[in-house]
Amino acid sequence: MAERSSNLVPIGSIRPHTGGRHHILSVLVENRAGVLARVSLLFSRRGYNIYSLAVAPTDDERFSRLTIVVDVETVPLEQITKQLHKLINVIKITEIDPADALEYECMLATINAEAGARAKVMELVEIFHGEIIDVSLDRLTVVFALSPEKLDDVEAFLAEFGLIELQRTGRIALSKLPKPTRRPKKG
Amino acid sequence: MRLTGAQALIKSLEMQGVETVFGLPGGAILPVYDPLLESPIRHILVRHEQGAGHAAEGFAQATGRPGVAIVTSGPAATNIVTAVADAYVDSIPIVVITGQVATTSIGTDAFQETDTTGITMSVTKHNWLITQARDIPRVIAEAFHVATTGRPGPVVVDFPKDVANDTMEWYWPRRLDLPGYQPTVKGHPKMIEQAAAMIASASRPVIYAGGGLIRAGAAPELGALVERTGIPVVTTLMARGVLPDSNPLCLGMPGMHGNFTAVTALQQSDLVIALGARFDDRVTGKVDAFAAKARIIHVDIDPAELGKVRRPDVPIVGDVKSVIPEIVRHLPAQGRDLSGWLAQLDAWREQYPYSYEPPLPGAPIKPQYVVERLSALAPPDTIAVSGVGQHQMWASQYFRFESPNTWINSGGLGTMGFAVPAAIGAKAGRPRSTVWAIDGDGCFQMTAQELVTATAERIPIKVAILNNGYLGMVRQWQEMFYEERYSEVFLSPDLPDYVKWAEAMGAVGFRVDQVSDVDPVIEKANQIDDRPVVIDFRVDTFEKVYPMVPAGAPNDDIVLPPHQLKGR
Repeated sequence: MAERSSNLVPIGSIRPHTGGRHHILSVLVENRAGVLARVSLLFSRRGYNIYSLAVAPTDDERFSRLTIVVDVETVPLEQITKQLHKLINVIKITEIDPADALEYECMLATINAEAGARAKVMELVEIFHGEIIDVSLDRLTVVFALSPEKLDDVEAFLAEFGLIELQRTGRIALSKLPKPTRRPKKG
Repeated sequence: MRLTGAQALIKSLEMQGVETVFGLPGGAILPVYDPLLESPIRHILVRHEQGAGHAAEGFAQATGRPGVAIVTSGPAATNIVTAVADAYVDSIPIVVITGQVATTSIGTDAFQETDTTGITMSVTKHNWLITQARDIPRVIAEAFHVATTGRPGPVVVDFPKDVANDTMEWYWPRRLDLPGYQPTVKGHPKMIEQAAAMIASASRPVIYAGGGLIRAGAAPELGALVERTGIPVVTTLMARGVLPDSNPLCLGMPGMHGNFTAVTALQQSDLVIALGARFDDRVTGKVDAFAAKARIIHVDIDPAELGKVRRPDVPIVGDVKSVIPEIVRHLPAQGRDLSGWLAQLDAWREQYPYSYEPPLPGAPIKPQYVVERLSALAPPDTIAVSGVGQHQMWASQYFRFESPNTWINSGGLGTMGFAVPAAIGAKAGRPRSTVWAIDGDGCFQMTAQELVTATAERIPIKVAILNNGYLGMVRQWQEMFYEERYSEVFLSPDLPDYVKWAEAMGAVGFRVDQVSDVDPVIEKANQIDDRPVVIDFRVDTFEKVYPMVPAGAPNDDIVLPPHQLKGR
């Protein structure tokens, strides 16, 4: 394996390390200042770690959706969701079963790609449906949107060439089952 | 009608029916104090913001209405955080308004700026930072709604100075838009049926009555359930008085310093009916060993309490005030005969009552005796307030409580210094009741300056200091668990001179060091109604609180007082 460049901080995989305890929560919240702080504070105050968190406004500008991946036993998870429900700004929480989940995550990476390696990197990008978004003499910056597990694989491949910088977004997820985390309509 | 933000705030408080606020002004909240001069709201000027918070708590606990405190930004806001955290753990509805630097200065480390919403986020039910004057009525309406409904709790509204000085067109919100806040009040019918069936078939049932019953005003509903079923009741520290101590089915307090019968009744029961109680570690002891043979019915308005500590067999989310009558409605006409179980409980009560060894002639006064006499001589409708420590446990054990909202203390957070300011709040809310603060010497020294408030505002509370010259509860633990290595617990019984201190603050001060003086001085104190009274009771340093379940031990390991162990 090629030497990693010295300024690279390995970030590791966000894939939860033990089987069966990986939970994906899709949380619909009011789109107000401080809501993300309330949610993340609740996790730290109750002693639970967030593996991954992605947040963005929804098609309804009054609400945002958080996708939170946690790695806990089912019983503490129930306590987490109940405590989350107590937050005034939390509208609805849905747990997405990993078996029925469509999970995606984005990654940006700048890689060492000197003349000899460049062709191999480009081949890799093509295999994983990535895109090259910046090119310089000895580097390439690429973007991928894949399942988190595939991204882990891509990351490992890219590391072979020498990662200079890498950024991942945290995962977003939708259930294949018709269980949307929308605010229920009244009446 | 155009109002300044400050005027709108005061008017909003008036719209909420607020009659009394506790507070202390300062730079950022100055604009709010100006329209207060024209308002019918009574402002009680405290000497420290923590006092304002505890007074608001005492007011809320005594009256069942939300307590309100107004303080300024920065250090004032941080000073009141202790009281906010206290109210959070004990589910007390208080609304705290904190001044904040101008919105244009927020984030610049301006003079007396702190991130109040950030600091209080994890100890409030919810908090708000108002950023524009037109939001004021809506936020205040939301704040009172959130504080007082569902599981009650403290809220903080952070109020920047420029918002107070800005103007707005007055309105009062017709409806609240809180899509994420819809407390479940009515219990699930299926669960209620199951609970009723389980109650009817239990042979050793116990009702585990928690502070939630008091908050919900559900003492009559509990009384009806007890009358209908004949099931005995343990009343937790927070629920003392929810069933009268004189009711033969009232077993008193369970837990770490509960009485033998209440603790053992839970341990031996086959059904625990937990109503507005949260399986606190001070009640359960070692959780795995708590009421191990019992099935559990758990009724709570906060879904997160169901299964947090002990998984219930029948969980019911709902307001105890509406759930209990529903359960009663579903009970079969004939329940099981509980006479064997009740006879067993009576035998335990006979054999292991709360007791202490009477003092030898000439020996110091026993603190338990002081509480017994305070209770016996108390006028009807007396409210007892305590701080935290040995005196708190003796007060909950030896004071007789006959009605709800007559016992006020800091349960969950265990805040020393709670008693004096909370007593002021209670007396301000119920001026016709006698209010006794039963305090420790350590606790009293933390917030005694609020006696100045009591004198100046003509709030004649009474304070009984059980002065043993020590941080007594810590001393007890060092004696029992640290081989009598007493580290930093000695306070001295003489320093300060509590009588002089009381007099300096405009109160009447007495000292009692003879058993024969206990009754006459209490009677004298009960007659004084124009100023606060402080009695310095010199009590036995060596007295410990019994029974005791050591922290983390199973409740079966209850330690009885030494004189009861003989012959066991």
